[in-house]
Amino acid sequence: MQIIISFITGLVFGLGLIVSGMANPSKVIGFLDLAGNWDPSLAFVMGGAILVASISFRLAKNRSKTWLGDKIRLPMATQIDKRLVLGGLTFGVGWGLAGYCPGPALVSLTQGSKPLIFVLAMLAGMAIFELQGRITSSRLRRRS
Amino acid sequence: MTIDWVNFTPWSSLAGGLLIGLATAIFLLFNGRIAGISGVVGGLLRPADGDIAWRIAFIAGIVLAPFAFRLAAPLPSVQIDADTMTLIAAGLLVGLGTRYGAGCTSGHGVCGLSRRSPRSIVATACFMFAGFMTVYAVRHLLT
Repeated sequence: MQIIISFITGLVFGLGLIVSGMANPSKVIGFLDLAGNWDPSLAFVMGGAILVASISFRLAKNRSKTWLGDKIRLPMATQIDKRLVLGGLTFGVGWGLAGYCPGPALVSLTQGSKPLIFVLAMLAGMAIFELQGRITSSRLRRRS
Repeated sequence: MTIDWVNFTPWSSLAGGLLIGLATAIFLLFNGRIAGISGVVGGLLRPADGDIAWRIAFIAGIVLAPFAFRLAAPLPSVQIDADTMTLIAAGLLVGLGTRYGAGCTSGHGVCGLSRRSPRSIVATACFMFAGFMTVYAVRHLLT
């Protein structure tokens, strides 16, 4: 059941990205170009998404289990550190350069070589993060 | 600043946003998870038992969405101005940044802001700021 729900979530999410215009990099860059000819459309995407999502988070707030009886797993981290800020800034630079964030890039994956190249590079970036994390944790283990 | 009225699509963007919110709600209320794309994808690179199939199903849903859309209407046209080197650099930065920052536009921007997580508010402010600055630099300083 979890797997079916995951597939449906991805599908609806992807349809939302296409309908909203997020899957079009030039539209995303048009939104990020405050100093130029600004296209405010993507503010409406965020607004619409947050409107519906907030209702669901309010519904989930007083529950520990989902409607299917599984555990609700929300992020536990609360610290605002250098990692969060630098990570966010790094992501923003990449987003501004190409006009792709992870969702729109995946939804465009089958639509040409450019999104494919972006997704492969993104996976490489994520793999570097994993490798770096593994090297650091094995160093810490050796030290202790 | 001028407003680009020609490309402004408030209704379809709002409708798309509602769908994204609906997907987030389904995932939270039925699966108990945050629909953060970078986290779903990144978790595949740290494979754990029983933690792989749902991630692949989620990604398959996103990747197949254009085919579902085409059953109803032709896909809207897109324009990608970035060249290959820029796409590679941007992809690397997005991959690294979303993992170090523990989220992207969906996880921090939609889910995090919806549950008013201070961490997500900071992360969203950071990537929005960097996105605005990068486009300003590329479009207005370097050209």
